[in-house]
Amino acid sequence: MALSGFVLVGFVFVHMAGNLQMFAGAEAINTYAYQLKALPWFVLWGSRLFLLVAVVVHAWTAAKICAENRASRPTTNDVEVTKKSGWASLNMGLTGSILFAFIVFHILHFTTQTVFPEYKELTTHVPASDGAEVHDVYLMVLSSFGVEWLSAVYVLCMFLLCRHLTHGVSSMFQSLGLRQESWRSKLDSLATLYGWVIFFGFISIPLAVILQKHGAVEVFDKVAFDQVVPAAVSSSIPEAPTQ
Amino acid sequence: MKLQLKIWRQDGSEDPGQFEMHDLNGVSEDCSFLEMLDLLNEQLLENGKEPVSFDHDCREGICGTCSLTINGLPHGPEDSTTTCQLHMRKFRDGETITIEPFRAKAFPVVRDLVVDRSPFDKIIQAGGYVSVRTGSAPDGNAIPIAKQDADLAMDAAACIGCGACVAACKNASAMLFTSAKAGHLNLLPQGQAEKDQRVLNMVAAMDEAGFGNCRNYGECSAACPKDISLDFIAKLNRDYSVASVKKILS
Repeated sequence: MALSGFVLVGFVFVHMAGNLQMFAGAEAINTYAYQLKALPWFVLWGSRLFLLVAVVVHAWTAAKICAENRASRPTTNDVEVTKKSGWASLNMGLTGSILFAFIVFHILHFTTQTVFPEYKELTTHVPASDGAEVHDVYLMVLSSFGVEWLSAVYVLCMFLLCRHLTHGVSSMFQSLGLRQESWRSKLDSLATLYGWVIFFGFISIPLAVILQKHGAVEVFDKVAFDQVVPAAVSSSIPEAPTQ
Repeated sequence: MKLQLKIWRQDGSEDPGQFEMHDLNGVSEDCSFLEMLDLLNEQLLENGKEPVSFDHDCREGICGTCSLTINGLPHGPEDSTTTCQLHMRKFRDGETITIEPFRAKAFPVVRDLVVDRSPFDKIIQAGGYVSVRTGSAPDGNAIPIAKQDADLAMDAAACIGCGACVAACKNASAMLFTSAKAGHLNLLPQGQAEKDQRVLNMVAAMDEAGFGNCRNYGECSAACPKDISLDFIAKLNRDYSVASVKKILS
């Protein structure tokens, strides 16, 4: 549980750092995406398999632990009160299950583009690809997060991830036997901080897109933005742009 | 003081059990929680009713026999206090107090508020000891022990085995108890010889008894009348990992 969690904790940070290149412009994020996909197949698929195994092991052990724990305490108290534990620690199963569903949706949404197949038509060129056509991640992300409900789902799920990490990161050290009273509170604060850093890092993108859509800010390239994000009054799913 | 008691009554482990309401008048705020229950039982006996069964022994907070989940908290609302050392002045006049047994599958109810905590004995039998040769007593101070280790071992040894940690845990995990008992011996030179085997066997006995898994809520330590630290759980996890790896490699 702790070891698979450790892998995933590290992954979300790298994922978030990669995503933030959205703010560096279309070329930065598209080159990054191209280079990731251009990795040797065994590195790319090896990493994907490694992450998949981590998710499956994490979910499977969690399900097993939950079932065992329910059996260990078949009757609940008439009065249920807690002294230490908060919402985050008591609802790891709930937040974890929702996040599992989110990961499946997220992969169908952005990786395989099954949810919105029109994303497949978004292509561009980057210097690194030597003239070959590459997928336009920049436009895909702008187009997605221009849809309010989709942005709301992502922000909500990132909040759940933040809560999950707050308990998970600190708990991970305890399970691995690496926590001590002397730095327990510092570790707990660090875990809380990590959760919020991940939260704000991830949501900054959908938030910026929505704000730009409503004319509050202008952080993304205006031409590209207007190409894929319809004006604020329209709430329909944006159509693929005509190239 | 005037109190309304909502008390769990159960004939045995097979009986589903239910709550019973009792009014109790004239309770001194200086009496302990168990003395208050004694008053209730006297009242029940005078009225020809069956008294409420509950565990108690030393009534000095050192034996670990008393239990009770009081208003949802094992040993009641006071920190670092056993039920026998809890006084009625900690409650309000006219308050309704809910009294339940320690709830866990591994602790079946014997009767009313009495639960069978013998699975703890099984954990101790699995490794909560050091094997020593019999014979003449060794010289005092023949084995040097660092002060900090001795202090830490004493902190762990303070566990009275009452089971509040299990009752406080939403998963009825016995990690705090097991870690205190294993940690106490693993910290001392006398416990080193059997350290790995002790940890593996005690954890196996704990799992076999049907206790749940630790999810690091911290409720156990908060409910512990002897303030056993969560550090001992971290230490148990550490010792268990090392022992498991050694077992695989050997």
